[in-house]
Amino acid sequence: MRKKRRDDIELEMTLPNQTCYLKLIGRIGEEMASGLGISNGNGEELANSLSMVLTEAASNVIRHANEADPEKKIRIKIRITPDELIVKVFDEGIGFNLDEVPEPEFEPERLSERGRGLFIIRSLMDSVSYIKNREGNVLVMRKKLKHV
Amino acid sequence: MNFKTETDEKGTIIRLCEERLDANNSEEFKKLLNLAFEKGAGNVIVDMKDVRFIDSSGLGALVSGFKNASTRHGTLKVAAIHGQVRSMFELTRLHRAFDIYPSAEEALETLYAEKEER
Repeated sequence: MRKKRRDDIELEMTLPNQTCYLKLIGRIGEEMASGLGISNGNGEELANSLSMVLTEAASNVIRHANEADPEKKIRIKIRITPDELIVKVFDEGIGFNLDEVPEPEFEPERLSERGRGLFIIRSLMDSVSYIKNREGNVLVMRKKLKHV
Repeated sequence: MNFKTETDEKGTIIRLCEERLDANNSEEFKKLLNLAFEKGAGNVIVDMKDVRFIDSSGLGALVSGFKNASTRHGTLKVAAIHGQVRSMFELTRLHRAFDIYPSAEEALETLYAEKEER
């Protein structure tokens, strides 16, 4: 891992494990991306993407990994370097295997209510990994950036 | 969840008065949608003019309504999706499955036109 640089921006937040905080989490991501002069073709698009991946990842943790337990916490780290956006979302659950999550069905006759969250995250980010360790699990999402 | 329901002889319009449709309100939305079908609405139109953000659980609630409509030989039409909401429909290819209209009124007009054709 490369050293942190002076221009890096890092934000860490810890919130109660409740879906009512999703709006705040999404908004923070949106504001961060739109206020930094980053352009991946379209600044608004990047703000929407960050808001989306944060909402999806946080929602997965709150409802599934942390089993909607209001006593648990959700921890998120957002780091923006001159050339990369890194989002880490931590959970206190038993973990899962990223490779075993199937793609959603796209045929109208076979649509399912669930299973689009990780597909959306993978589509909007350049790389996604899930690391399980003793201190907890973390979903790491990365995207290359171009500053204007 | 803030919404308005209008019942017309051809269908029920659910106008969502929420900026976001995410895991915090999607379950409530799903119940609302399916309750409309249970109450006998054959055709439901969801007006999403005010919605500027939708996540996978919001899309899932719409899919639930879509499947419910198909089972009952009814329809679920979606109106006035824009910006991020349209992008999510396209990303998840749901724009191919749903009937999408520029406005709820135009969606309702098609129901009248379909009726006249029969």
